[in-house]
Amino acid sequence: MSFIQIENISKKFDGVTVVDNISQDINQGELFAILGGSGSGKTTLLRMLAGFERPSSGRILLNGKDMTDLPPYQRPVNMMFQSYAVFPHMSVAKNVGYGLVKENIKKPEIDHRVEEILALVQLSSFSNRKPNQLSGGQLQRVALARALIKKPKVLLLDEPLAALDKKLREQTQFELMNIQHELGITFILVTHDQEEAMTLASRIAVMNEGKFIQTGTPTEIYEYPSNRFVADFVGSINLFEGIVATNDSNATQVKTDALGLLAASPDARVNVGETLWVAIRPEKISLSKKTISSTDINSVKGAVWDLGYYGNHCVYRIKTDNGTYLQVTTQNQSRATGLDINWKDEVHLSWDPACCMVLRE
Amino acid sequence: MKQRSYFVTTAMFFGYAFLYVPIAVLVIYSFNDSSIPTVWNGFSLRWYSALFENEQIINAALLSLKIALISATLATFLGTLAGLALTQTNTFKGRLLFTGLIAAPLVMPEVITGLSLLLVFISSEQLIGWPDSRGTLTIIIAHITFSMAFVAIIIQSRLATLDKSLIEAATDLGAHPFRVTLDITLPLIAPAMLAAWLLAFTLSLDDLVIASFVSGPGSSTLPMVIFSKVRLGVTPDVNALATIIITIVGLGVVISGWVMYRQEQRTIRRVQQP
Repeated sequence: MSFIQIENISKKFDGVTVVDNISQDINQGELFAILGGSGSGKTTLLRMLAGFERPSSGRILLNGKDMTDLPPYQRPVNMMFQSYAVFPHMSVAKNVGYGLVKENIKKPEIDHRVEEILALVQLSSFSNRKPNQLSGGQLQRVALARALIKKPKVLLLDEPLAALDKKLREQTQFELMNIQHELGITFILVTHDQEEAMTLASRIAVMNEGKFIQTGTPTEIYEYPSNRFVADFVGSINLFEGIVATNDSNATQVKTDALGLLAASPDARVNVGETLWVAIRPEKISLSKKTISSTDINSVKGAVWDLGYYGNHCVYRIKTDNGTYLQVTTQNQSRATGLDINWKDEVHLSWDPACCMVLRE
Repeated sequence: MKQRSYFVTTAMFFGYAFLYVPIAVLVIYSFNDSSIPTVWNGFSLRWYSALFENEQIINAALLSLKIALISATLATFLGTLAGLALTQTNTFKGRLLFTGLIAAPLVMPEVITGLSLLLVFISSEQLIGWPDSRGTLTIIIAHITFSMAFVAIIIQSRLATLDKSLIEAATDLGAHPFRVTLDITLPLIAPAMLAAWLLAFTLSLDDLVIASFVSGPGSSTLPMVIFSKVRLGVTPDVNALATIIITIVGLGVVISGWVMYRQEQRTIRRVQQP
């Protein structure tokens, strides 16, 4: 039996289905991320776990106990809000201790536990400050400490890093993972940011239109997406429609209009003559001014049409001779004042069939 | 800097003159030494001292203050409850209708409010024998009735800007909804409640029409006394009295405006910060 069991949960608002019959098991101590765009129903699902929304149908079980009808103040679950929701009229210590006061714990113990948790989030010297004297990152840690102090069985996080700037986000992300590891609390987080989901989570559920499209580890989601939506939503991808020409244990060969015959890693499920999509990630393609491939397959010629320099890597848009665009990412491994491959350069592209996959839907 | 246009400056001058010249004239003439209110005869405070010797006016002023204090306090209490009920229960059907109904007294002509209250008091006296006569009590009830609507509107608009996740966070941390109201909602809307109280207080102090309908013998409020005095001809001591009232009401308005402004600034800062 899993720690959290979500059983056939649906939620309708005025006849519109926002969460559509989701079932999912989540294990104890897991960091589970729900990744989806706006309007995918991810926040509604999280709010049902917290108890702010009542499911239209289905059950939520925690440790085997049905908590579908429990109000939020009786659930052993705490939530960290996207806006942090730090009480503006209370000091940091009062904010953090609020949940314990409601449990009728004696003051000395509250003070002790507040001190302990503030040390954990590195805010010890801020206990008497008011929220309007804190920065965004500090507010985020107050919200985290406040949600953790009750030692909840599950911590729900709504876009925990969305309001922080990039540097702080990277730093906080590791702190969050350390804290989760240290306390062993199950984290369920909701985010629209794929990087946030990939780096934090042990498992990701990609959500769209109220349904879980695919659930898996970050690598599974990225390297083995089950369909075009996931492939496109998580990271960038080049997709080419085609008809399966041959299929054996060595490779699946697909005839595409855009790039001719392409070879992908073998997929026993597909049949010759079937229409499907060949998918290749931009960083799996190698780019060169000279011909590097010995075979004709998975090799094309083109010119640099667009170029984005990001410092650590470059994103190229290559236009082939027949007008097809491909996105290619290259690492900038050497240090130079100019780029090797620049605008309008003629380039050769090639990739390993093993890095190429076929998607049926 | 941009050149200010003459048109705007002139328009502004006339606009504000239109609003404030009558008040200024009244204030200036309250310091007039002459007993004919329209002839300037030098500076004097004699009408102020005459005012403080006039027992009728002093008593009326004390009565008005008492009514304003009690009715503003009760109206704030009831109006806050109404505001909370209208914003926090999102499942309650016909909320829009009730929101409209609570605002209706704001646009109701005072004569109608006064008349209808009078009818209620008379029929209630005939039916259950309470209130047994009209006087201070009926004026207080009438003032609560109309100022409660203003309080509810102010509280409601403050609650509308309150971050709902604050309420949810407290609930999530184990606080029962009633505790959440005490711990989180009320402290956060306290400045709006103070502003609403001040508004209700000044409304009650100002009211002539409704009080005239529902008052009884021996319970004349200050505006009623002034009005009856003026009917017999304007005397300079009324100018002095009016100046004092303007000062008190003006202070009330300025303080409540300042409280609301500070609240707003704090909200803006909080929004901009993270």
